[in-house]
Amino acid sequence: MLPVLEVKGVSKKFSIRHESGYLSLRDRVTDLFKPAPSSREDFWALRDVSFDVQPGESIGIIGKNGAGKSTLLKILSKITPPTQGRIIGRGRIASLLEVGTGFHPELTGRENIFLNGSILGMKRHEITARFDAIVDFAGTERFLDTPLKHYSSGMQLRLAFAVAAFLEPEILVIDEVLAVGDAEFQKKCIGKMEDVSRSGRTILFVSHNMAAIQNLCTKSILLQRGELKAIGPSADIVTQYLTSLDSQILDTSGYIQVHPEESNKPIRAIEVLCDGRRSATAYMGCELEIRIYFKALEALTNPVLGIIIKDLQSTPLIGVNNRHYTGNFETTPINNGFISMKIPYLTLFEGMYHVDVHLGNEFKDIEVLQDCFQFTVEPIPFSSSGQLPLKSINRMFIKDITWILNSSDHVE
Amino acid sequence: MRPVLPPRTLQELHTFEIKPKKAFAFNFKELVDYSELLYFFAWRDIKVKYKQTVLGFLWAVLQPLLLMLIFTFFIGRAMQVSSDGMDYAVFAYSGLVLWLVFSSGVTNAANSMVTNAAIIKKIYFPRLIIPVSAVVVALFDFIMAFVIFIVILLIFATPINLSLIYWWPLALLLTIVGTVGPGCLLAALNIKYRDFRYVVPFLIQALLFLTPVIYPVSSISLVWLRYVVALNPMYAAISVFRLPLSTVAPDWTLLVISLSSGVLFFIIGLAYFRRTENYFADIA
Repeated sequence: MLPVLEVKGVSKKFSIRHESGYLSLRDRVTDLFKPAPSSREDFWALRDVSFDVQPGESIGIIGKNGAGKSTLLKILSKITPPTQGRIIGRGRIASLLEVGTGFHPELTGRENIFLNGSILGMKRHEITARFDAIVDFAGTERFLDTPLKHYSSGMQLRLAFAVAAFLEPEILVIDEVLAVGDAEFQKKCIGKMEDVSRSGRTILFVSHNMAAIQNLCTKSILLQRGELKAIGPSADIVTQYLTSLDSQILDTSGYIQVHPEESNKPIRAIEVLCDGRRSATAYMGCELEIRIYFKALEALTNPVLGIIIKDLQSTPLIGVNNRHYTGNFETTPINNGFISMKIPYLTLFEGMYHVDVHLGNEFKDIEVLQDCFQFTVEPIPFSSSGQLPLKSINRMFIKDITWILNSSDHVE
Repeated sequence: MRPVLPPRTLQELHTFEIKPKKAFAFNFKELVDYSELLYFFAWRDIKVKYKQTVLGFLWAVLQPLLLMLIFTFFIGRAMQVSSDGMDYAVFAYSGLVLWLVFSSGVTNAANSMVTNAAIIKKIYFPRLIIPVSAVVVALFDFIMAFVIFIVILLIFATPINLSLIYWWPLALLLTIVGTVGPGCLLAALNIKYRDFRYVVPFLIQALLFLTPVIYPVSSISLVWLRYVVALNPMYAAISVFRLPLSTVAPDWTLLVISLSSGVLFFIIGLAYFRRTENYFADIA
């Protein structure tokens, strides 16, 4: 049988200018008088990626930040053309790199359904035919004629996903849109995507959520620095990815340089301190501090640090930000410095853990580093017995548990 | 027994190919496929534009009307500028009504790619739809203002030649061609060099005085200067629009110059837009 999608030797090159941001005419004019053009560097975001997708298969795309996942999705979505290679597809393709693309706050819910549907590639008669189902799925009937700006963000998201859910292409390209929304909504989305893949259509799905990948995708591909590292059954690829993380990210010193000084991304470095000393090895019950050094181009008016600690299966164990605890920092706008999170008594069980870092301002993430470092928790007996509970079934521990044996009769 | 229908095979489905883009290939079929999206973008911009205004669609009429009044008093009456045998008010309004399509069309189109950058980065469609829909929005305002134009013609009892049946549609076509060309060119330049954000308003303002909107070209005494003015695509559009109202014979040489310049700008604008289109998502 013919594959639904044939990706043949796709490469993408970006030229990076080592100066800031947008071109300005002045730069162009002054370039004329410079002996050499301002320094440019070629960067291959994707290099010679080839794979086939058979009918009915769904493919997970896995890789670290910067591995080329987004570039591959953008090429598949025709947003940016490949520099070399080609892709042959059979069937209609639609992509969801974002939910609610083109939503306009001034327009009503009804108007936005039509606008967004049209942007996603639906014809007007298709939208009209599915209109009631979309509204029903979103559960926003009462607000159909209210401008979108009066919707809560949850409602906007539901409406956006509802429109997308009624796209019926043979090939659906999805970026990590599920990373947003509450748990119930995520479940609904995953459910809808399972329906799609069961109906024999193809999904290409990028995610850092290994559980979702294994759930939805029979096969996965692993990208590493723009190259296709492996392709195979999702379970194998996920394992390979998680083990590859170990070797790459483990930094024994407890200090990681993130972006160089001249970068326009804000996070400069991450430091892990255990009982006040820099170290990538913590122990059960220690005081763990994670410091994020930043230097932002635009001053942060209301910085927020979010930390997610996950186990090796990528299951999140702890996800916190300062808002959840002490609210906003009282600060004047700040460009550089560090934010630190200090856990006075670490209740993680012995093992290895990955960490995601979110640096935000107001209500927006300004930089997200997924699986950006890993640390080890060493076992230390925390109870008077000197023994530890079973490692295989524990991720967290509770220091003081009272155990009582009583010989009296059970009385109701 | 009922025959089992064969499952839809992949060969029957639409096949597509994604490959490195050629700089000048132009896909008309695709543009037609996406014509509904063009409609939706224009519809969105019109809705949003008037949603929060108290006077709403009246603004489309007030702008040319007020400008016409100002020019009539200060240029027509006070400076006694001639007007090709029409009432100056009719003369000024007939120029302004098309001029405003050009000025707001080019301004909207020039900014359109930047304002829609978020969408461009997330979804594919022929990018040309964006600046063109910006021009469609300007045409919508034109329809409003045109109704008032008819009223003005009746008030001044302007004698009208029936040749308007072909001159007016032609004038509108010339306006569209003359607006889309520079609009697309500036939209593409603006996304690459943000300097154009500041250039465009200035350019438009300067051009108003270099276009015979509020004065007839015959009032320019230096003959070579008339040729310079005729380089402006809007000169032909406005002159053709006034033909059925005017008693003065047009200068055909000037018209041909202006028309050629309009077509040339149109081709350059589309070609440049097409050439840079592929990379909008990377630099926006």
